[in-house]
Amino acid sequence: MEKKKQGLAIPYIAWTVIFSIVPLIIILVYSFCERTPYGDIVFKFTTENYVKFFQPIYLKVLWRSVVLAVSSTLACLLIGYPMAWIIARAGDRARNFMVMLFVLPLWTNFLLRTYAWMGLLRENGFFNQLLMAIGLIHQPLKMLYTDGAVMVGMVYNFLPFMVLPIYSVLVKMDQGHIDAANDLGADPKQTFLRVILPLSFPGIVSGIIMVFMPALSTFIISDLLGGGQTMMLGNLIQNQFLSARNWQFGSAISSVMIVMVLITTLISGKYRGEGSEMLW
Amino acid sequence: MKTRVTLALAVLALAVLLTAGCGKQAVVNVYNWGDYMDPAVLEAFEKETKIKVIYDVYSTNEELLAKLKAGGTNYDVVIPSTNMLEVFLAQDLISEIDLSKIPNFKNLDPQFTNLESDPGNKYSVPYFWGTIGILYNAKAIGTEIDSWRAMFDPKYSGKIIMFDSVRDTIGVTLKMLGYSLNSTDPAQLSEVEQLLIKQKPLLHSYTVDAYEDPLLAGDALLSMAWSGDAFKVISENPDFKYILPKEGTNVWVDSMSIPKSAKNKEAAYKFIDFILKPEIGAQLAQYLGYSTPNKAAQALLPEGIRDNKVIYPDGNVFELNDIQVDIKEATELYDRIWTEIKSN
Amino acid sequence: MVKKFGKWFYAGLIYVFMYLPIVVLIIYSFNDSRYRGNWEGFTLRWYAELIKDRSIMDALKNTILIAVISSFGATVLGTMAAIGIFAMKPKVRNFMVDLTYLPVTYPEIVIGVSLLALYVGIGLPLGFWSIVLSHITFCVPFVVIAVLPKLYQLNPNLEEAAMDLGATPSQAFWKVILPEIMPGVMTGMLLSFTLSLDDFLISFFTTGSGVNTLAIKIYSMTKVGVTPKINALTTIIFVTILTLLLVIQGREKKVEK
Repeated sequence: MEKKKQGLAIPYIAWTVIFSIVPLIIILVYSFCERTPYGDIVFKFTTENYVKFFQPIYLKVLWRSVVLAVSSTLACLLIGYPMAWIIARAGDRARNFMVMLFVLPLWTNFLLRTYAWMGLLRENGFFNQLLMAIGLIHQPLKMLYTDGAVMVGMVYNFLPFMVLPIYSVLVKMDQGHIDAANDLGADPKQTFLRVILPLSFPGIVSGIIMVFMPALSTFIISDLLGGGQTMMLGNLIQNQFLSARNWQFGSAISSVMIVMVLITTLISGKYRGEGSEMLW
Repeated sequence: MKTRVTLALAVLALAVLLTAGCGKQAVVNVYNWGDYMDPAVLEAFEKETKIKVIYDVYSTNEELLAKLKAGGTNYDVVIPSTNMLEVFLAQDLISEIDLSKIPNFKNLDPQFTNLESDPGNKYSVPYFWGTIGILYNAKAIGTEIDSWRAMFDPKYSGKIIMFDSVRDTIGVTLKMLGYSLNSTDPAQLSEVEQLLIKQKPLLHSYTVDAYEDPLLAGDALLSMAWSGDAFKVISENPDFKYILPKEGTNVWVDSMSIPKSAKNKEAAYKFIDFILKPEIGAQLAQYLGYSTPNKAAQALLPEGIRDNKVIYPDGNVFELNDIQVDIKEATELYDRIWTEIKSN
Repeated sequence: MVKKFGKWFYAGLIYVFMYLPIVVLIIYSFNDSRYRGNWEGFTLRWYAELIKDRSIMDALKNTILIAVISSFGATVLGTMAAIGIFAMKPKVRNFMVDLTYLPVTYPEIVIGVSLLALYVGIGLPLGFWSIVLSHITFCVPFVVIAVLPKLYQLNPNLEEAAMDLGATPSQAFWKVILPEIMPGVMTGMLLSFTLSLDDFLISFFTTGSGVNTLAIKIYSMTKVGVTPKINALTTIIFVTILTLLLVIQGREKKVEK
């Protein structure tokens, strides 16, 4: 029975090998190649691309991107968890509607959405005018082209990727557990910390991964909302492929990034241990 | 046995007939920058030649390069910028052009033929050209601007937009200092780097595609701009002015080429020749807002455009201004400087 | 009461946050200027021009078809995979989960470039189906990641109970297991659809001549400015879907009563 079920994963494994492992190998090969002045790939072994990346200037870019991606992920979690809870506890009919309503804005084009944010955040834009109208500020604030604007853009675009997995776990949570905790005299805070939060952990982990990865490699959000004034990892990689014609260096940066992330996953995998499968 | 052979032959013949029937509708695969073509021109071409145009778009030269290099596509006409032509040629991606098949080639302004990047136009035929200049709100600024120095003037702090594009932004700064747009001299480049780092706090933003909105909204006062975009902004709000700085600037030319992998070369020639017709060139010039290298087309443009000195400067455009050429190894140096500026 | 109000206020605030940019986008579709900087008066001309633009309509058709096919494909493949992985021994299972995260960590451009190299290498013709394959590839992990938590939540005795009551394994799956993990499956499909609609870089690199998606068209316009025709198109699509949703919701409410 279990064997038969395991077989269901075979097409996926085959797919992963062809479409994910092979590309990874291609990138790894590129990253160890030399280049011609025109950017052609020369299949001659070199570690120069990696050596280059571990210079202070590029490490600075890496550090800044990680910080920004971590803060955006945290913001998504803090804002998204209550939202997922509210949707999950809404009436049976309202729930699906609320989920759809939540995702619908993301069915418009990403570039247009980001342009719209520029319109909202700019000096004479909606937020500044609103704040001035209610007398909270007298001078327009500089909102656009700050790290804050980049974060708003990331939270906006990635929030559903946090809310949906958490929601799908919360919605099936056994009300019995919660009632039991309440019956045993736990106050709401204890119930939440001891029962609900641990039970929703798998959803949280999914959400964090789905938000953190794209946040780390995004480049359009930082270009448009950050005014192109800070270089992020995503921009750096993008530049190597689309303006510096240095696929080798771009591949090396990508490889470092992939390895970093994998190590983090593996370490967290150790901690999640054999018994506590809920945490996978 | 014999019947089988006959049958096989019959099937084969039928297959040939069918495919021939399919191939009857001639096509030309055109690969161009996005929104860089008037759809009406394509329709006119289809009507006149009965050749169907399959039209695709890309957004950077490097994307085009990556696609052509990888293969698997069969574009018949591509329109890279001349500064990339060398790279395409070095990788053997472009086929030689037989100019005798493009009679309208004679309509072109000799200034734009026989360029350094392609002597004798063996591989490329100019499509459009333009400049990078300063677009500024003349009413709000009050004084005339004539130099790149204005972009470094603390007076306009927070109101200046530079291009988010390595070669263009470093290039005009080089011009400002009196150097070549294509300089690879580390000393000159380090001078540029210092200037651009100092300029950064004065900037509104770096962007290549979102400068019109902040200008029109009053959030920014002056910006580097593509000539075609600039004239569209001016037609929206006449308070704006577009100038070519006295130190000279970047002139770019996009030209039509036929990739080696093209399957419909005859159709490609017809397409290129059609684009070079005077009336088509004029129609495109008005649609795109950029400058046409087509002398005969220029003459058909309305007054105010054809004699506009900013769109069609007097004398030789290349005397003061430079055209970008590929900087080869220095690409890495440029990228490094750019990262340095951006992460400062 | 206060608590309830606070809850709805919070949800309302989040919805305002999600919809504010969309409102701006819709307003600009009526702006009599091709720029977003200023309001120059009301016009319907972008809508009129949109209807005449055959290439945008073609791209729209491709975009929707690709999103539907690839999100469906990814959901089937991913759900099967999640069930299979869940049935594995913990060690193997952990390895498979790590493997699933792998492609999620790739920057988009890397996927685009390497898939292009792969397709050309194996001689796969570039076009509609090569985009679909690529989209399934980057969507599947999201489905697996969305479905797995639901399986962990599943009562392990549920399936046995169903079979004890005489259900065949396949009946047990369709009637008992699938409904239980459905929220995860739907989440995965929704995420896939959203990702597919928006993808530009990967589609660009893996498409062939004659096949464009809306995202490819929009990004390529940046050299000359994205036309408000696109805003008009977005408005039409958005209003249509929203109306549909509201109608369905209204109907269900009535049925309930």
